[in-house]
This record gives sequence, structure tokens and C-alpha cells, in this order.
Amino acid sequence: MMDFINALPGAVSQGLIWGIMAIGVYITYKILDVADLTVDGSFCTGAAIFVMLFTNGSNMAVALLAAVLAGMAAGLVTGLLHTLCGIPAILAGILTQLGLWSVNLAIMDMKATVAINVTTPEMLDKLLVSLRFVQDVAKGTRPFYRHPIFVVGIFTIAIILLLYWFFGTELGCALRATGSNANMARAQGINTDFTKVLGLMISNGLVALSGALLAQYNSASEINMGRGAIVIGLAAVIIGEVGFSKVFHNFGLKLLAVSIGAILYYIVIQAVLAMGLNANYLKLLSACVVGLFLAIPYWKGKYSRPRVKIPAQTADKSKGGNHNA
Amino acid sequence: MLEIKEIWKTFNAGTVNEKQALRGVSLTLHDGDFCTVIGGNGAGKSTMLNAVAGVWSVDAGSISIGGTDVTRLPEFKRAQFIGRVFQDPMMGTAPTMQIIENLALAARRGRSRGLGWGITKAEKERYHEMLRNLDLGLEDRLTSKVGLLSGGQRQALTLLMASLQKPRLLLLDEHTAALDPKTAAKVLELSDRIVAENHLTTMMVTHNMKDAIAHGNRLIMMYNGRIVIDVSGEEKKKLTVPQLLELFSKVSGSDEADDKLLLS
Repeated sequence: MMDFINALPGAVSQGLIWGIMAIGVYITYKILDVADLTVDGSFCTGAAIFVMLFTNGSNMAVALLAAVLAGMAAGLVTGLLHTLCGIPAILAGILTQLGLWSVNLAIMDMKATVAINVTTPEMLDKLLVSLRFVQDVAKGTRPFYRHPIFVVGIFTIAIILLLYWFFGTELGCALRATGSNANMARAQGINTDFTKVLGLMISNGLVALSGALLAQYNSASEINMGRGAIVIGLAAVIIGEVGFSKVFHNFGLKLLAVSIGAILYYIVIQAVLAMGLNANYLKLLSACVVGLFLAIPYWKGKYSRPRVKIPAQTADKSKGGNHNA
Repeated sequence: MLEIKEIWKTFNAGTVNEKQALRGVSLTLHDGDFCTVIGGNGAGKSTMLNAVAGVWSVDAGSISIGGTDVTRLPEFKRAQFIGRVFQDPMMGTAPTMQIIENLALAARRGRSRGLGWGITKAEKERYHEMLRNLDLGLEDRLTSKVGLLSGGQRQALTLLMASLQKPRLLLLDEHTAALDPKTAAKVLELSDRIVAENHLTTMMVTHNMKDAIAHGNRLIMMYNGRIVIDVSGEEKKKLTVPQLLELFSKVSGSDEADDKLLLS
């Protein structure tokens, strides 16, 4: 039990980082109504670009920006495969994801893992987030505002505010209309190909940012770090929706719910691990949980009957006539 | 205003399902014309409207709206000239968005969309006023999701949306066919009102001969991918359903068309 409680700040930090990716998934899956599998690849692209630039002496902001742009480029490829080449979105994402595996390796100099050398304090100080900071803050050797929960929390809030603004603009509304009813959108003069590509780019930009932050947190970029990211993203989206849809109606709060969903997901994972589950079974567990949550709304619609009071026929004389006919 | 010249369209060319949907259709509508379009199933009515709207490109021929050749323009670019209401009430609105958001989207039809606000304060009041004039009880539900509205309410809303940004051409594609008779009559009445108030050039496809005769100043009938009857002015005003049927069997050279039309 103590293990679990001690691991909580780390779990929350990781959950917040993955939450940024989940917000990206929300944009495609919920707003654009497209299941975009590019994320499994673009997550690592962000990490790889960031680590390579950063370890070669690049500035933090430049490295993060480059990671975001690389993710957007991945989204652009998927978008063009889908709109220009007419490939179904899900397949377009799979193609990009597959191709990105090689691209990511190439970015990382054909190495499966590239570490950020954090043995020197100077290098460590330059990082925005690191799992070492979790302990440092607990021990009091670092100020609270260097805690990953604080830093990533600010990132998350900034992203939510930015997206809240964007989806309220004319362009953002056009993007939402595209996901809601593409026919209607075209009839209103919206270039739905453009809005789809734009949505995929924004989404994958966020995913890559999340990857870059996780690489910092773990002080390494690893070729398989994005595997299954889409499932984690969907889990966060669904947990957020199931847990908060009754309370959160505002768009910004819905995005916040996604981030909280990711945190809950990581807390549950931590709890399961603390109970002694072999970590290798985690992916199976995730797949089962997400599968179940995706199926529940379908089952609900198919098998459950709404509780409606059916008025007794004889009592309904005011409307009368029918039973006399 | 609208000039259709010899347009042809074949679906599934070269397969057993080949269907010549449009076979050299030509039609000119003048400014302010309200043209009703009738014909049996598969006559090419909706196909003609879709060709004008640019849902796909035609095989041959040309289409111009207000002097602009739109034959090669994609659907979303033609939208700047055209307002549309579809047969399926689900098709004309974004169900997961609010009533006011749908209206704001429509108000920006044909304009470039940037990073300005999707809805401005001034618009909110304007839409409230407009919806009150529609008298559907929607003015107090501006922030409701359109998915919660009935079919009739959605068609009325789509009509309003089509006219917000005054279109050069209004295309009504059997927009009352999916509604119950009472609601259909109401939506039709509203269509007349909106067309008259805005002096819109309009094409309305309908299955109902009475409606086709009662509305508009011109009537065309399609058969087998062609326009076979075209009446307007005084001649149209005096037209009756039996006359129309007789005219049709003469032009199409068969009686079977009678049943087809009446049954459809």
C-alpha cells in the first residue's frame, strides 16, 4: 500500500503527460469523428526529434517546437493520404504509423534508444520535467514549481485554453461542423478536405509534444514508446466522458476531463501493478478495458429499455375516441 | 441566373449497373424564377440538382450561375452561390452543434473562415429575432443541440440557414418528403415566404403534383434523364393534375408512366 501511495505523484505526472496526447486523440476521435492511428508513430517522432535536438545542444523551446512541427507533418501525411488519395482514414493512419517507425529510427541515428545524459546537474537543470524532480521536490532539494505535476499542469491548462479559443473561431467551428456532418459543412462552403487535414495536424502536433515531454520525463527516447498510444488515448477520452459528461458540459471542461481521464488511467495502472500484476500484461489489460468501455454504450442502446411510464388505457379518457372506434 | 447547357451524367459506366441519369439536360432560369421539378423515381430530378450543387462533376455540358461558369468548381466553392435544403432532415444541419452555431456557420457560407469569433454578440440577437419570426418555439432554445429537434424543425432551420446569406440560387430537393402532411404544409408555406421575401431564384423538386402546380411560376417534368415538359406563366397557372398527366403520357409516349408517377 505504501508503495502505491509513494508512486502516486509519479503516476499523476505521467498521466498528465499522456493526457496531452489524449487531448490530441479527442480532437480526431470526438470532434473530427476519425480514428487516427498515426499517433502510435507520431508520439515517438516527437520524442525522437526532441531528444536528438536537445542532446545536441539545442534550446529547450526550439526542440519542443521542432517536435510539435514534426508531429504536425506526420498528421499532414495522414491527412493527404486520406483526402488527396482517398484512402480510408484508419488505413491512412496505419500507413503513416508504419512508415514512421523507420523515420523515427533514422531520426535517432538508427538506435532503438537515445538517452539524455542526466548525470550532470547542469543538464538535469535544463530539463522542464524529469521523474527525478518528483523525488527532489519531495526531499526539498528543488522548489515546488519544478514538480512535473505543476509544470505539465500548466502546459495542459495552456493547451486547453488555446484549443477552447480555437474551436470558438470561424475556422474551429468549420472543423467541428466537418466532424458533425461533412455534407452540411460542404453545403455551407467549408472545404472539408482542408479542415480534416488541419484537424489531423493539430492533433498529431499535440501528440508529438506529449512524446517530447515523456522523453524528458524518462530522460530517453525509445523506438517503441508510442506503441499502443491510441488505446491509452481512447481510454482517457472514454474515462473522462463516462466520469464527467454529466457534470462538464463546457468544451474546455470536456478537454479537462480527458486529461483527468488519463491521470485516472495511470493511477489504476499503478494500483494494478502494486497488487502484483506482471507489467507485461498491462497492454492486454488496457485493450480489454477500452474494448469494454467502447462496447457498453452500444449494448446500452441495444438491450436496455428506457423506463417510461405507460399510462393505463382506460384512465386516458381526455384523449378518448380510439377505443370506441 | 442559372444556365444549364446539355449536361450528361452516367453512373457506374461500363458495368451492369450503368445508369444514364442525365441525358442532355438544358435549362435556363431567370432572376427570381421559382421552378418546380416533378418526375417519377429515377427520372433525374435529384441528379440534376446535385449536378448544379456540384456533389460530383458532370460528364459533359456546362453550368453557370449568374454568369459565372461553375462546371469545374468543387461543391464547397459553389456553396457561395447556392443555398440547399435536402430531402433527409438529418443532412442539412450539424446535429452535435447548437442551433445558433448552425446558423452562424450558414451566415458565413461562401466567405473565407479565419480566426475571428465563430459567433458574434450582434449575431445572437439577430438570430433570436429571426427564429421568433419563424414561430417554431426555437428562439428560446438557441443553445440546444440541433440533434434534439424534430424533422420539421430541422427543415425549417435549414431553410432559414439557406437564406441567411442570400443565395443566387436556392435548391430544395424534396425537402418536405420525409415530413408528415401537416408539417410538410407548414415547411412549404415557410419556403414560399422565404423565397418571396428574398426574391430568390429557386428550384424545388417535389413528388406532389398539386404542390408543383400550386407553387412557383414555372414547372418542368423530367423523364428518363431529360426535361420533357416545361410550362410557365399563365399556362402554368391554369394547369390541373389531369392535364399534366395527359401531357406527360403524350410526351413520354406511354401510359405506364401514369402509374409510375401516381404511385411514386
